[in-house]
Amino acid sequence: MSDKKPKRREFLFTASYAVGAVGVGAVTWPLIDQMNPDASVKALASTEVDVSSVKPGNTITVLWRGKPVFIRRRTQEEISEARSVKMEDLIHPEKDEDRAKNPEWLVMLGVCTHLGCVPLNDKGDYDGWFCPCHGSHYDTSGRIRKGPAPLNMEVPKYEFVNANTIKIG
Amino acid sequence: MSDHEYTPSSKVGKWFNDRLPLLTLANHLTDYPTPKNLNYWWTFGGILTFCLITQIVTGLTLAMHYIAHADMAFESVEHIMRDVNYGWLIRYIHANGASMFFLAVYIHIFRSLFYGSYKSPREIIWIIGIIIYLLMMAAAFMGYVLPWGQMSFWGATVITNLFSAIPLVGEGIVTWLWGGYSVDNPTLTRFFTLHYLIPFLILGLVVLHIWALHVPGNNNPVGIDIKKPSKDTVPFHPYIVIKDGFALLMFMIVFAFFVFYSPNILGHADNYIEANPMVTPAHIVPEWYLLPFYAILRSVPDKLLGVVAMLSAILILAVLPWLDTSKIRSAVFRPLYKQFYWILVADVLILGYMGAMPAEGLYLLIARVATAYYFLHFLVILPVLGFKEKTLPIPLSITEPVLGGSPNLATAKHKEDIVK
Repeated sequence: MSDKKPKRREFLFTASYAVGAVGVGAVTWPLIDQMNPDASVKALASTEVDVSSVKPGNTITVLWRGKPVFIRRRTQEEISEARSVKMEDLIHPEKDEDRAKNPEWLVMLGVCTHLGCVPLNDKGDYDGWFCPCHGSHYDTSGRIRKGPAPLNMEVPKYEFVNANTIKIG
Repeated sequence: MSDHEYTPSSKVGKWFNDRLPLLTLANHLTDYPTPKNLNYWWTFGGILTFCLITQIVTGLTLAMHYIAHADMAFESVEHIMRDVNYGWLIRYIHANGASMFFLAVYIHIFRSLFYGSYKSPREIIWIIGIIIYLLMMAAAFMGYVLPWGQMSFWGATVITNLFSAIPLVGEGIVTWLWGGYSVDNPTLTRFFTLHYLIPFLILGLVVLHIWALHVPGNNNPVGIDIKKPSKDTVPFHPYIVIKDGFALLMFMIVFAFFVFYSPNILGHADNYIEANPMVTPAHIVPEWYLLPFYAILRSVPDKLLGVVAMLSAILILAVLPWLDTSKIRSAVFRPLYKQFYWILVADVLILGYMGAMPAEGLYLLIARVATAYYFLHFLVILPVLGFKEKTLPIPLSITEPVLGGSPNLATAKHKEDIVK
C-alpha cells in the first residue's frame, strides 16, 4: 500500500476534511472569543485617585477594573522593615525599592494571589496583610511571606499625576 | 432489552407502535426484571430523578422572575422572596432541593461503593454517573452565584481563580471565564446561561445512565450475576415502583422539613448581604456538599498541587472500576473491604468537617492526614485488597441463602419449587 501513489479519491477526502476542520475552527473562534473582556470593559482602563487625605499608617481601597487597589501611606518603621528583609527569606523575591518607587506610597492590587480574596490590613505575622480565606501572610511591602499564595500582591501600572493624585492604569 | 416480543392489544396502539415503538419501550420499562432482594439503598435512583425534575421545574419558574444583572440580581431574588406569589416557597424548594439532590447522590454513590455496582460489566453506568456528578457540582456552584450575595461573589472569585493555578495560560483562562478583570456582570450573565443549560445536559445523561443500566440489569445486595427473568427477579412494575414510591415519600418528609422549618440552615447568612468586591467575608465556606474537596484543596500548601489534588480526588472515582481488583462485588462477602469502606465513609465525613473549619493548627493537620488516607484508600488499599483478601463464599442465586444451603443451583431451585 505505502509505495502506491495516493489515489485521487483519498486526496479528495483528506482535502475535504482539512477544509472542514478549518471551517469549524473559524466558526468556533468567535463563539469562544465573545467570552473575553469586551470593548466597554477594556475602556475602563484607568482611574485617578486623590490621596491628599491619607495619613501615614493608613490605607485606602479604591476600585479599579472591578478589583480593589490598596493605596497605603507607609510609616517610617514599615518602610525600614520592608527594606531590611533579605532576598533569601522571600518566597517571591522582589526588592521593596522596585515595588514602591516613592517609599512612602505602596500601591498594589488588593487581591490575594492564591485564589483572589481581599486580604485584611494590619494583620498577619509580618505586620502587613493577612488573607482570611486560606491564611496567606504578606509583609509591609505586600510580599508573600507565609501561606499558600505563590506570588507577591501585584503592583499595577500607576503614576503620580501631581503630589496629591495617583493615576492607576 | 426485553427478551420477548411485545404487541399492543389495541389496533391503534399496534398502528402507532409499528411506526414509533414507544409502547414497546413502555412495556420494557414496566416488565424490566429487577433483582427481588433490592433494599432501600436502591431507591435513590428514583429519588434522584425526582430531585432533578424538581430542580428543573422550580428553576424554570424562578427564571421567570429573576434578573441576571449585577445591579439587579440581588434585588430580584428579594423580590421573588417577598412579592412573587409563592416565590418564597419556590425559591426555598430550589435552594434546599440542591442540598437534597446532593444528599441523595452521595447515598447513591456510597451504595455503589458498598455493593461494588461500579464493577464489570457496569463501568459505563458508573462513569456516566461520575460525569453527572461533576455537572451537578458545576450547576450547583453557578446557581449559588446567581443571588449575587457576598458568598456568591467570593465563592465565584475563589473557584474561578482555581484555574489561575494552570501554568502559562491560567491567567488568560480566568479572564476569559470572567469576561473582564474580575467577577462582574459578564460573569453573572454567562453563569446564568450555563446554570440553565446544565440540568438539561444532566437529563440527557440520566437517559444514557438508565439505558446503560438496562443492558446488564441492576446489581443487587448479594452482588452476583442473576438470570433474567427468573425466580430471582420481579418485574419493575408494580414491585419496585411501589418500593421507590414509599422511599420517595420518606425522602420528601426530610425535604419538606428543611423547606418549611429551617430553609436557611444549609445556606450561609453572608449571602443575604449584596456582593461587594471591596470586602471579602471573614470565612469563605462553600456549600456543605463541596466541603470534603475544599478541605483537600486547603490541605496542600502549594497552589497548583492543591488544585490538582482536589480535582484528582473527584476524577479518581472515574477509574475506580480498574483500581478495585477484587472480582467479588458486594462488601457483604468481603470482610476486610467492608471495614475499609466504613473507614472511607468516616474519612470523607472528617474531611467535610475540616473543610468547614479554619485552615490552621490541629484542623489543618487532621485535614492533611484525612487527605492522605483518601488517596491511600483508592491507590493502595483497593488494588492490594483484591489480591490479599480472603472473601467469603458467594451464593449461586439470590434464593439459595434464604431457602437452603445447597451450593447447587438446581437443588436450590428445586427446593424453592417445593416451598411454592
